[in-house]
Amino acid sequence: MSPRPEVEDPLGLEHVREPRFSSPDEVGAALAANRYLADPQAAAVVYLADRLVKPVLVEGPAGTGKTQLGKTVAEALGARLIRLQCYEGIDESKALYEWNYRKQLLRIQAGQAGSDRAVEWHELEGDIFSDEFLLTRPLLEAIRATEPVVLLIDEVDRVEVETEALLLEVLSDYQVSIPELGTVQATQLPLVFLTSNNTRELSEALKRRCLYLHLGYPDVERERAIVLSRVPGISPALALRIAEVVRSLRQLDLRKAPSVSETLDWARTLVVLGRDELGDQDVADTLHVLLKYQSDVDKAAKELLGNRA
Amino acid sequence: MLGVLSAFVGELRQVGIPISTTEHLDAARALVAVDLLDREVVRAALGATLVKDETHRAAFDLAFEVFFSVGRADGEGGDEAGDGGGRDAGLEGAAIGGAGEGSVTAEELAAMLVRALLDGDPDALARGARMAVSAFAGIEPGRPVGGTYYLYRTLRALDLDQLHSRLEAAAAAGAPQGSLQARLARDDAAERIERLRRAVEAEIRRRLVEDRGAEALARSVRRPLPEDLDVMHATRDELAAMHRALVPLSRKLAMRLARKRRKGHHGALDLRRTVRASMSTGGVPITPIFKPPRPHKPEIFVIADVSGSVASFARFTLLLVHAISSQFRKVRSFVFVDGLDEATRFFEESDDPQEAVLRINTEADVVFVDGHSDYGRALTLFDSRYSRDVTRRTSVLVLGDARNNYHAPEAWVLDDLRSRARALYWLNPEPRAYWNSGDSIVATYAPHCDAVVECRTLRQLERFVGSLA
Repeated sequence: MSPRPEVEDPLGLEHVREPRFSSPDEVGAALAANRYLADPQAAAVVYLADRLVKPVLVEGPAGTGKTQLGKTVAEALGARLIRLQCYEGIDESKALYEWNYRKQLLRIQAGQAGSDRAVEWHELEGDIFSDEFLLTRPLLEAIRATEPVVLLIDEVDRVEVETEALLLEVLSDYQVSIPELGTVQATQLPLVFLTSNNTRELSEALKRRCLYLHLGYPDVERERAIVLSRVPGISPALALRIAEVVRSLRQLDLRKAPSVSETLDWARTLVVLGRDELGDQDVADTLHVLLKYQSDVDKAAKELLGNRA
Repeated sequence: MLGVLSAFVGELRQVGIPISTTEHLDAARALVAVDLLDREVVRAALGATLVKDETHRAAFDLAFEVFFSVGRADGEGGDEAGDGGGRDAGLEGAAIGGAGEGSVTAEELAAMLVRALLDGDPDALARGARMAVSAFAGIEPGRPVGGTYYLYRTLRALDLDQLHSRLEAAAAAGAPQGSLQARLARDDAAERIERLRRAVEAEIRRRLVEDRGAEALARSVRRPLPEDLDVMHATRDELAAMHRALVPLSRKLAMRLARKRRKGHHGALDLRRTVRASMSTGGVPITPIFKPPRPHKPEIFVIADVSGSVASFARFTLLLVHAISSQFRKVRSFVFVDGLDEATRFFEESDDPQEAVLRINTEADVVFVDGHSDYGRALTLFDSRYSRDVTRRTSVLVLGDARNNYHAPEAWVLDDLRSRARALYWLNPEPRAYWNSGDSIVATYAPHCDAVVECRTLRQLERFVGSLA
């Protein structure tokens, strides 16, 4: 690998930051060591996210390993994973920080009871709006952490468009502004992953700040390798056959195509049943593990097994 | 490199992919960080920084192939020289011996390709594709074409069907017809053939770029994004792409409408709960509490022409409207050619809208005489059978190109419907410029509608349907 010019640090942070990975291949290898077989594109995007200090927005069908990618990167780096699960109605007190007002109240009362003279207001104000009374939520937590951190913002498409704005400061500047305290700058730059199931269009502002990665279904080779690495005790021939069946199923026009995690469930089922081969009957008996709609099961049986039932 | 990047970004913007200046800068910074000799990593870097929507990916890949294809030939020396006898030394195992390019017969080439495909060896495949293009494409330098015809010519000479059956036979290994294994073998062969087709396509494109330069070729091969494709003139592949784009589109639309509905203005004041809440503030009603909103949901009646010329447009509209039917109080659909039939039952009986649309094609009773659209007759039929169900809550959509084959227009029916309904819209999939030409009688119907809307693409369709709810 030829030496490359340093990428200018766009945030102007003084401290020198060591790149976590030296090449996309190294990312792929590190992930593979943690039993996550990334496609080359995913590895390259993770590598770039580190080099360019940008969050990664991961989209794709359910069950293709979007969340797992973030988790595995954390594992591979030995970093702490901080996860923000998004849902409709999440607000800054759940995502960023919150003042612990009960404790503040106690502090005020304690101050009044403890001494005869009234506590100076300034003193008190400075006191109750201090670190001690701040409850950190995932985003602030990731910014303030001193150890290496991977921040996973899961299902970001579930928050309202207005709430998305909460994320923007963290994502582009790695800082959180708290009116009473000032701005909290990141002491280390967390690697950020956002996942989305694409139930709504994310705002341009958010997309612009992220690198985009689409995780689709793997091809037969990779799916076979995934099954082999994830399901103990499976024979290579069976893994290949499973991958082939799943590929054929995905080509059918189904309501819900089988995901990678469903493939793994199916493979485990077959192993538990003690199958080494995959006959027509085995597929017919276990198809419901892969497909979640009766109409899909019927269609698949008809197409793949020639059942006219 | 920066020049190429700018041209590339320009091309993507030309296609309609929105790329901001920030993203352009990010792409440049990403290129600094990666190994420029690794084409796939460069592709990933540009894709991750420039394209933020999966439906735009195909357009991106096409442009990438065009703009970043030349680099690959560099390592292999000049192309024409490489195609001579020198290259064949690398083809050990292929039954060509030391013969030059010209003497490779189609059969020998086919045998070589089958082996390359079975081994899954990309280098051998690329080599085979190169030879095939040299032998069969007959590329004429300087012509401003996108290469579709060259592709067709090469693939025809290779006889893909025969290759397919050879691959299938090799994989099936005598499995009985109709069994799982036979089916898997067929799908496997199809995928490998597709790989060959792509290799040949890439090779043709590479030569065209060498011939005319990337920007000129990009103009020739440029295709609109799926949501901007003209529904009436889409090819089969394009229709498939639009079908794929429709599902997320309708899901997003439903989500947006539901959200709009939930957020909008609230209902009447809830006196009981307001008084109850005022207890905690000493009887002063500081926070008024409102009843949850009960916005009226409109009813939608779709009357769609499903004759050949506009069938796919009707299909898309029916799919979209039924996909977001939860946003309406009721959706009923009617299809006609020169007869008329209600199609709502197909959507109700099946939980899969795609299947329902298929059943409309086969089971709906829409042909009365000759299978040519007769708007006048269809509208009269609708009026006599269903107009009683049209109320002030109903929005009626008529879909069609208003090409009436010179039958009587019967435009009075629309007047009648409009007086009963909340609104009456006409969606026309033809470009506005063609309206009223030939047997199109949009102008006759237009005064009786609330609006006549040009609806050629999914984007226009989505915008219109979104405005209804």
